[in-house]
Amino acid sequence: MNGPQDMGGMTGFGPIALEANEPLFHAPWERRALAISLAMGGTRQWNIDMSRHAREKIPPAQYWSLSYYEIWMEGLQRLMAERGLLDGAAKKLPVLAAANVAPALAKGSPYIRATDAKPLFKIGDRVKVRDLHPEGHTRLPGYLRGKTGEVILYHKAHVFPDSNSQGAGENPQHLYAVRFKARDVFGAKNDDDLQADLFEPYLEPA
Amino acid sequence: MPHDGHDDHSELSPIALRVKALESLLVEKGYVDPAALDVLIDTYETRIGPRNGAKVVAKAWTDPAYAKWLKDDATQAIASLGFTGRQGEHMVALFNTPEIHNMVVCTLCSCYPWPVLGLPPVWYKSPPYRSRAVSDPRGVLKEFGVTLPEKTKISVWDSTAEIRYLVVPLRPANTENLSEEELAGLVNRDSMIGTRLAGRTA
Repeated sequence: MNGPQDMGGMTGFGPIALEANEPLFHAPWERRALAISLAMGGTRQWNIDMSRHAREKIPPAQYWSLSYYEIWMEGLQRLMAERGLLDGAAKKLPVLAAANVAPALAKGSPYIRATDAKPLFKIGDRVKVRDLHPEGHTRLPGYLRGKTGEVILYHKAHVFPDSNSQGAGENPQHLYAVRFKARDVFGAKNDDDLQADLFEPYLEPA
Repeated sequence: MPHDGHDDHSELSPIALRVKALESLLVEKGYVDPAALDVLIDTYETRIGPRNGAKVVAKAWTDPAYAKWLKDDATQAIASLGFTGRQGEHMVALFNTPEIHNMVVCTLCSCYPWPVLGLPPVWYKSPPYRSRAVSDPRGVLKEFGVTLPEKTKISVWDSTAEIRYLVVPLRPANTENLSEEELAGLVNRDSMIGTRLAGRTA
């Protein structure tokens, strides 16, 4: 979706707010917000792509006025409301137990998946980013649409967020790091470059 | 909430009250284990942070075989030091050289290599950095007090999938006699994002 999260290349947000000796949390509630977000992820009622999409659906004016943990809380409440978890009788969910926190964090959630499909591209290929405007979740940043670059890394096939976020299955797709010249994307006057990790359905041969 | 002067929550902001209420609800419904919340917070406050990444970098600076492994298979090389898991499942290390300076951003959210750097700082998750890191990296670096030579190419990496990037900054000059542990002390967090350089003054 062309939502408020897709801010690469936007201007007008002002200087970067650097803090000397910044604290890890800026208020006690942020600690709790982090913990309940991660713990609720452990109930497996949604995946990471669904939680990103829930945050992106916050209306732009609101999204840009919230701090990041406030965005997380808004997203969490939306995910729970959509599943009827805020009101009514408690449902029986898997719960992340204290003893399982360390092993669960150390294991993480690998996203590489096997697929029978052969990769369409190889390192060194020139590729053009398709002009896609899906209504749902996507990990294609808008600033790259229509741009041409070169495949520089092949990451194997990964869970495809555009499908996984919709509950439409993992639908593994080949994933590539594609290099673009900054002069082709943002009109830079130097030889700087810019990489993004792009799924095969976002790309066509250049 | 100035009108609630005698209320227990009188010093809490609206968002703090909201999070407190949400946490109470989750505990009451049995969706979260309160003890697990404490372990989660303790983990990121005391166990997982940028000192992990600094160990990786210092080892890469002093051990050419490890540096090669890190270049070829960062996930396994980093796992060998005990740093694995959530938000670091698939790692790639980016080695700075005098010719190329790497810098990492997530324009779409806040993707960041948690096992080696911990939780991201506020600026990394905020619109000014997310919007301009891709379009004006030299201007962004200037705000961090870093000016690179024109001939040094800046290479920005937008973390748009589940690959997480760790920058291996240039080893500061005149550090030949330092131990691996002393070298790790020169590796600041931002140098591993690519917004600062490693060194004593950072």
